[in-house]
Amino acid sequence: MKAVARDRAISVALVAPSLILIAVFVYGFIGFTGFSSLTKWDSLEPNFKFVGLHNYQRLFSIVPTDRFLCDLRNMVTFTVLFLAGSIVLGFALAILLDRQVKGEGIFRNIFLFPMAISYVVTGVLWRWILGPGSTQSGGALGINLLFDKLGLGFLKWGWFTDPTSVYIHPDSHFGVFLSHIGLGGLATPYVGISLAMISVAIAATWQMSGYTMAMYLAALRGIPTEMREAARVDGASEMQVYMRVIVPMIRPITLSALIVLGHISLKIFDLVVSMTGPGPAFATDVPALYMWETTFRGNNFAQGAAIAVLLLLLVAVLIIPYLVSSTRSEVRR
Amino acid sequence: MNALASRRAIRPGTVTVYFLLVVAAALYLVPIYLQVATSFKSFQEVKLATMWRFPSTFSLASFVKAWVGSAAQGMNGLAPNFMNSVYITVPATLISAMLGSLNGYVLAKWRFRGANVLFPLLLFGMFIPYQSILIPLVQVLEKIGLYGTRGGLIFVHVVYGIPITTLIFRNYYAAIPDELVEASKMDGAGILSIYANILFPLSIPGFVVVMIWQFTSIWNDFLFGLIVTSTPDLQPITVALNNLAGSYFVEWNVQMAGALLAALPTLLIYVFLSRYFMRGLLAGSVKG
Repeated sequence: MKAVARDRAISVALVAPSLILIAVFVYGFIGFTGFSSLTKWDSLEPNFKFVGLHNYQRLFSIVPTDRFLCDLRNMVTFTVLFLAGSIVLGFALAILLDRQVKGEGIFRNIFLFPMAISYVVTGVLWRWILGPGSTQSGGALGINLLFDKLGLGFLKWGWFTDPTSVYIHPDSHFGVFLSHIGLGGLATPYVGISLAMISVAIAATWQMSGYTMAMYLAALRGIPTEMREAARVDGASEMQVYMRVIVPMIRPITLSALIVLGHISLKIFDLVVSMTGPGPAFATDVPALYMWETTFRGNNFAQGAAIAVLLLLLVAVLIIPYLVSSTRSEVRR
Repeated sequence: MNALASRRAIRPGTVTVYFLLVVAAALYLVPIYLQVATSFKSFQEVKLATMWRFPSTFSLASFVKAWVGSAAQGMNGLAPNFMNSVYITVPATLISAMLGSLNGYVLAKWRFRGANVLFPLLLFGMFIPYQSILIPLVQVLEKIGLYGTRGGLIFVHVVYGIPITTLIFRNYYAAIPDELVEASKMDGAGILSIYANILFPLSIPGFVVVMIWQFTSIWNDFLFGLIVTSTPDLQPITVALNNLAGSYFVEWNVQMAGALLAALPTLLIYVFLSRYFMRGLLAGSVKG
């Protein structure tokens, strides 16, 4: 009996350091960041004068800068493109690889290796591939150069240097219509698509689509051959086998891929820093980058803390239900 | 089954499948082609107008310059930063793997009351945007004298590696039958000797998965390296590469060679141990 009590004590002592570190460095620090975001700490010297939600209000207003509103627009653009790209491409590659191809291992490795390298390396590579080139660089480069050589010069564009945001102009017919029906808020540059983010999404998809491919391939391998054969015997075409049998079965995989990739896209930082930076008119700026610059370059700690808290809330909304449901199903099992 | 397979092999669809796969593979390799081709070009040959062309001569000059730098240009080479990354990544990987193994062992085999609540709280730590802890992190590291040191970075990577390493090991140990542990308990073995004599020897595959995962993510880390170090000579390679690529006077072939140097260790691990890399990848999605 004594030995059991001693083992209990040792087991607690083994995990205690980790639990304390996480309690302090995750939850304690989040608490401190949350507190800081409500203060006037805007220089190197800490200043904990309480200012309420002032720092948050500033983020959502256009003065002194509309940077955060641009960031949210870019984040949505990026997330949609990156998730759609990774899911569609990953699924397509998994289906191709699932067809008993020779050299499957080689193909799989080619699609998966970008995951092993750093976002910074990816950023450096894609900056040269998608860099539009200028008179300084002596003409077009990267893909634009290829377009020129292939006689497709009309396809050339500014890639991540294009500051265009596609949105509903408030003075356009549709914009006027929207404001008539009380949705005028949708007709602003901040509810739109930042074209420069397409380039960042391409680089990120190159890096991460191997992940969805691996998840889908594992799932496809888990579907018993008999199920597909049975559907085929029933006269289902190959297309119907996929739509009726396979797609419903891999729905949970799609959901967890969306959550894992979704939280990565909300946090995206390294890739943007190394590939583009904030871009012209904040065309490629993201909240994580704004937070870093305003905090560690501008010393506006309270403002940075407010961005960090909003970022955390976005991630939490996505991750907490996922964590709760997956740990709960484990207990049941 | 054989008849079925051979019938399938001659279907016209098969040609399409291979065609699509080859095209996709070629597209995925474009960035690497450009990187390798450019890095091996001689300085005379690296005009942007011919950037897609295969090198006509092989030269290591770009690698040398990326590695040692150029005193004339005032450009620092990546060599000291590469070594920094080694000195940071190796100990941080070993320590966090050990810590994860012990945590995973206790959580899988010595479940204590409240563990069901603590575990999700622990896991949440691996999803948080680190921006939400950076401000106090820098303050605390300054207070305890770890700011701007390699030791500080090792410490940070160990702490924020706890959730993922614990998760992977917990799932790994959960698959080992409880009877094994129960039987040695009957024989009077204590918690530590059960770990040392039974679980640890069975843990090698678990350690390989966790260590590959941690090595890759610590080597590739950029944010902590950027925030925790202040002087260029202590920066890890990702931060130094970003600086190198951001300075306009550094030739782009040197940037490409530098990027290849920064990617090399994790690429090599990936090439030789891709099976374990995949496992870590799938284990990263909570359910394992």
